[in-house]
Amino acid sequence: MTTTELEVSAAGGSVEVAAQPVTRTVVEDLTARGRRSPARAALRTWRGRVLRFAIPVLLVGLWQLASAVGWVDEFTLPPPSKILEAYKELWTAGDLQAALPVSLRRAGIGLFFGVAIGLGLGLFAGLWKLGEEIFDAPLQMLRTIPFIAVVPLFITWFGIGEKPKLILIAAATVFPVYLNTYHGVRGIDKKLVEAGQIFGLRGWRLATQVILPTALPAALTGLRYASGVALLALVLAEQINARAGIGYLLNNANQNQRPDIVIAGILIYALLGIVVDIVMRLVEHFALPWRPRVTIG
Amino acid sequence: MSPSAEPLDTTAGPPQVLSAAEEYIVDVRGVRRVFGDRAVLDGVDLRLRQGDFIALLGPSGAGKTTLLRILAGLDAADGGQVLAPKARSVVFQEPRLVPARRVWRNVVLGSRRARHERGRAIAALAEVGLATHADAWPVTLSGGEAQRVALARALATEPGLLLLDEPFAALDALTRIRMHDLVGELVKRHRPAVLLVTHDVDEAILLADRILILSDGSIGVDVTVDIDEPRRRSDPRFQDLRQQLLDKLGVGRAARAAALAEIGS
Repeated sequence: MTTTELEVSAAGGSVEVAAQPVTRTVVEDLTARGRRSPARAALRTWRGRVLRFAIPVLLVGLWQLASAVGWVDEFTLPPPSKILEAYKELWTAGDLQAALPVSLRRAGIGLFFGVAIGLGLGLFAGLWKLGEEIFDAPLQMLRTIPFIAVVPLFITWFGIGEKPKLILIAAATVFPVYLNTYHGVRGIDKKLVEAGQIFGLRGWRLATQVILPTALPAALTGLRYASGVALLALVLAEQINARAGIGYLLNNANQNQRPDIVIAGILIYALLGIVVDIVMRLVEHFALPWRPRVTIG
Repeated sequence: MSPSAEPLDTTAGPPQVLSAAEEYIVDVRGVRRVFGDRAVLDGVDLRLRQGDFIALLGPSGAGKTTLLRILAGLDAADGGQVLAPKARSVVFQEPRLVPARRVWRNVVLGSRRARHERGRAIAALAEVGLATHADAWPVTLSGGEAQRVALARALATEPGLLLLDEPFAALDALTRIRMHDLVGELVKRHRPAVLLVTHDVDEAILLADRILILSDGSIGVDVTVDIDEPRRRSDPRFQDLRQQLLDKLGVGRAARAAALAEIGS
């Protein structure tokens, strides 16, 4: 209780510490490690930039060279120059201008319905317990079915027109949007919801003012993923007896034994993928100005 | 659950009920809260008048935050009676700002006319010295700034009861000193009843008019802080009260000396 008591025990403690055996500490010199050379840093950034550009160019060059020297048969793998010619041919014939809008329209309509359904179900299941109880289990089950596997079934059900294509794209895009939205809403910090409640937010107003804006990044991640899936589903859907679109070009070229046009078509799909990704990043950038680490490209 | 438990009213009901309870704007009687088979709160009584500043101390797990949450309406008591003003707000340990809303929109969060209340938000922000940050996003604020926004938000609603749940605990020591001054000043200006939950005995003595210690489910100690303002730590009365409270909390000098001796042996 008294201060003397405290001092006695503290002194007793320090005596014990002093009685411990002394071990020698090995010292290491870290001075040199911290040195930074600006020249080396500049070299590193420039090396990165140059290599990023040079490697693809080198690969295309090698590809061209392989044909020119005769390492590969020009028919099996047409060189880049031939593929450029194929583009020119498709463009002058007007095939490319006709095919691209058809394919984009398919992907766009399918994606629109898939996203609308996925977003609606995700919000319903995320915001209401009832919605979760109704939709989550069936959607989690359906999600495990690879959408490629249902193509024959869709042909039986919906024929070979536009309908099965659009339904396939929509069905494939529902799940990424649903899952991300649902988890985004469910994953919101309960503390934030409490803060909203303290300031009088309940029900619909709590959802629109706190929950949905905070869950938007997750929903957009779902949308970005769904856009990629939509292109994948598009490629597959266009294998079903397409009479227009990039897939039609590909099938035609295949039958006419024009591998240059086939590769040209494949590269268009790849380009679409890149463009969609950039567009989605821009959407995220402008829809989420409050997020510090959203970068373009 | 105690058989004598009365019907519970955490929302305080219409204002005339409050005036019937005379001048007390917070009236807590015999509140129980049970988690599993452990009664964290077991017969807590607490009354606050307008302008009272009460600090609630107690060891971890004593139920301080549980009591605060019941007063906030975020948790329900298992028994007893709770009356609290309808207009109440909370500053939590974390700022809890909505990241997707600009600072000023966070300040008027919950208002039905939020969109048109930029002026009111900026006035509230000016009180905490952040008027220039009205259009910033919450992520760009430092911890201390975000907590000041949370304080502005809590006071902007002109609450009858301000609940502070360890609002300074996550701040660095220097920021904490400034926040103490700010809270003291703003509370004097707005005159809400304040319940401050804290671990920090010094903080309680600096800010509160009355200090309660919650232990074993009920309020065991109730001391009025009778030290002139501005209160200084160097004041002998401050040191005295501090020592008393630490003893009551089981971390007084004697208790610590005993604990050290035990480690030594």
